[in-house]
Amino acid sequence: MKKTAAIVLFFLVSVTGYARAYGVQKVVSESGIEALLIEDHTTPLVSVEFSFEGGATADPEGKEGLSVFLSSTLDEGAGQWNSRSFQKALADDSITLYFSSGRESFGGTFVSRLETLPQAQALLKAAINEPRFEAEAVERIREQIRQGLQSRKESPSRKIQTFARELYFPAHTYSRAVDGSEDTLDSMTADDLRQLHRALFARSNLHIGVSGAISAEELSVFLDAVFGALPLKPEIPFVEDIQPQARGGLVVIDEQIPQSLIYGVQPGLSRHDPDFYAAYVINHILGGGGFQSRLYQSVREERGLVYSINTSLYDLDHSPLILVSAATQNARVGETVALLREEWKRMQEEGPTARELEEAKLYLTGSYPLRFTSTGRIAGMLLSMHRLALPLDFLEKRNSYIEALSLADVQRVAGRLLDTEALTLVIAGQPEGVVAVEPERLSAEN
Amino acid sequence: MQPSVLAKSLQLCFWSMAFSLGALSLSQAAVFNPQTAVLDNGMEVVVIPNHRAPIVQHMVWYRVGSADEGPDEKGVAHFLEHLMFKGTKKLAPGEFSNIVALNGGEENAFTSQDFTAYYQTVAKDRLEIMMANEADRMVNLRLSDDVVLPEREVVREERRGRIDNRPSSQLSEVMQASFYLAHPYRYPIIGWDADIQGLTTEKALRFYRKWYAPNNAILVVAGDVTLEDVLPLARKYYGPVEPRALPERKRAVEPEQLAARRVTLESERVSVPNLSIRYHAPGYRVAEGNDAYALQVLDQVIGTGPNSLLYQRLVLDGDRVAQVGSGYAADSYDGTHFSFYVAPKTGVDIEEAERLLRNEVGRILEEGVPAEAVEQAKKQLQSASVFARDSLTLAPGIFGRALTTGSSVEAVENWPETIRAVTVDDVNRVLRRFVRDEASVTGVLLPKTARNEGS
Repeated sequence: MKKTAAIVLFFLVSVTGYARAYGVQKVVSESGIEALLIEDHTTPLVSVEFSFEGGATADPEGKEGLSVFLSSTLDEGAGQWNSRSFQKALADDSITLYFSSGRESFGGTFVSRLETLPQAQALLKAAINEPRFEAEAVERIREQIRQGLQSRKESPSRKIQTFARELYFPAHTYSRAVDGSEDTLDSMTADDLRQLHRALFARSNLHIGVSGAISAEELSVFLDAVFGALPLKPEIPFVEDIQPQARGGLVVIDEQIPQSLIYGVQPGLSRHDPDFYAAYVINHILGGGGFQSRLYQSVREERGLVYSINTSLYDLDHSPLILVSAATQNARVGETVALLREEWKRMQEEGPTARELEEAKLYLTGSYPLRFTSTGRIAGMLLSMHRLALPLDFLEKRNSYIEALSLADVQRVAGRLLDTEALTLVIAGQPEGVVAVEPERLSAEN
Repeated sequence: MQPSVLAKSLQLCFWSMAFSLGALSLSQAAVFNPQTAVLDNGMEVVVIPNHRAPIVQHMVWYRVGSADEGPDEKGVAHFLEHLMFKGTKKLAPGEFSNIVALNGGEENAFTSQDFTAYYQTVAKDRLEIMMANEADRMVNLRLSDDVVLPEREVVREERRGRIDNRPSSQLSEVMQASFYLAHPYRYPIIGWDADIQGLTTEKALRFYRKWYAPNNAILVVAGDVTLEDVLPLARKYYGPVEPRALPERKRAVEPEQLAARRVTLESERVSVPNLSIRYHAPGYRVAEGNDAYALQVLDQVIGTGPNSLLYQRLVLDGDRVAQVGSGYAADSYDGTHFSFYVAPKTGVDIEEAERLLRNEVGRILEEGVPAEAVEQAKKQLQSASVFARDSLTLAPGIFGRALTTGSSVEAVENWPETIRAVTVDDVNRVLRRFVRDEASVTGVLLPKTARNEGS
């Protein structure tokens, strides 16, 4: 692989050919609702991505999964439409409208052609403001959610994640399952759905990204029509920041499967941390992207131990994490874990090389425009920008934040971000060559 | 609305990126206004302009998949796809991937029963670099055991993760093997584990030399370019590659199925039972008349989404069934299947859900599908066209699959019109012709319980 550099450079025509104005507008409606917009008339349609902060953290104690239930019932009858006529109206005009609830936000996705926009807007408005929660629909969705819960119950990866959450965040909202359990599902009523709907849907915790054939003026009217009648403030619980309450260790969950799933977690860095971009680059080089990462090269390419191995930054609002996942046959778990720890430690102690940093910068800056391939993806980017309160010129500036990173910065942050001793491994399967080690429990004050 | 848990995709990728190309079939197509050409060496070129952003997706599709493998090389089409990243006379293993990354590109590759494809998504001024290297590996692949043997283990891990760890995938594999007695679609794309272990550098190279050639390939470029931009580059890089004499794409003929088959898989790792039924049905290339289009309308009417006949009658009107639906994908070189699936509500036996499904299908067979429902379904299918144009990456997948499975650019472009012309009689004709018990395989996925163990 030594001769690579010369040929690679030969192919590198230029690296700064991407400068481009994205034209992000901030639209503020009469009633004060904000959205970020990229007006784009390439295709005659409008994509809207929106979210209400809160998500599953707003589920009452003992009603875990309620926000997921809510997300599946809003489009089952609202306003003048019952469940059947609502779904028929969506299908007849090929309108995309669905909701999904995550751990910290409750999301909505909406796509309509221009010619059906008035009808689509009316349906969206009804779902947001006047969901019916009729008994037939509520019971039918409850049953479908139950099937999902049951089918995931025996999933090794779900067992791993449940274990890790409860280990890291005992007694915190993060220990709870976003989708709840059959017990909590049974306890939920239509009144619970109504209450959560009232508590969660408000203007001050609402974020919106829009892309497509719509002007700022038209969008402003749309925003007021759909969201204008919501209360100003939500009634959702305050969530405390929390440090993970355990560190290190290796836990085995006994599962009768031929391939062990290996999951690792340790504390990470917040999206708002000044060192975030350095952490982002380190993650990319360690195991984040493409076929170039150290873990991919060492564990997959050189030894054929896995099909995939990835690391990722998981930006929980109150306790950011860095995660790693891999899967290998039971007999070779020991070897895989040893390599994983070795690479983790090497990155922690030495950081990336100058060449790795340069190559990561080329990829991460060069590939940024590839995110703009459909109005839906663009609207999603704008939603994230609004949620993170990023400046309007963020898309133009983003690459400069990565280009500005020095080797010294990134090497310093590698030591700050990674901690091999703190990395907790949870393995499901019949792993060989590893010894279980109890994680260290930390006190709540820590 | 809860999405169904039974969605499936018959395609493997080089690595496990979330990957949406495979999920949509021709039924999402529309008028894309493609531009086409053919190089002197026989390589076809399709350009789909989309000027939203200054980027392009560059794809090369080969008309070869796992169903073209010989008896001693099962799994080699997919294995070769992995090995195409292992270097050429000019480039070291992984070096093309490095070049893609340094140019800010994203890449992957995938293999089905009928095709193998490679792609990169890049800024449009990097298109030439991608073409130079994709053309290079069309003819100059260099392999040795030191890179091939670890990759074979990677593929075995891919198999363990995708199939051996998942009872529903295991059942699907057994259903496929039961559905075809003679046709090679009965073999898993990735191969059985013993097949993979038997693959070698020499087998991969032999398959490569047999099938990888410009006259067996289609270049598809979508994005901020026109044929005028692409054609000179295509001539420069792909043009000099010599065509080869290609083997005939001839698969064993599947005999007509005369007796229904049934397979059941029980596992401790299954908590929710479900059942599916696959019926033999034609794909675009082998269908008579507009059968493949009528089957798509049938699929929409009878079992796609909450407005479909089965969902309305069994889930909304009844109280025993949690999920029900149908499936059909027309982009198959040879035959394919039309399928139904059902999952009972908690506490309801799978046998009862099956009986309700079969009764309802029987009733629709007898009474026919309502004309109004057919009109509605056609309207829904056609109005999806604008959405298909929104995404840069959807169109190239549709054209690539069409051209590697014996369909054509014209058929894709005429898709909305052909769907419009489907009549209620067409829909009832294909329903009665293909939904026949004796030409079906039923697959049942069950939790392993004490009761089941004892029986």
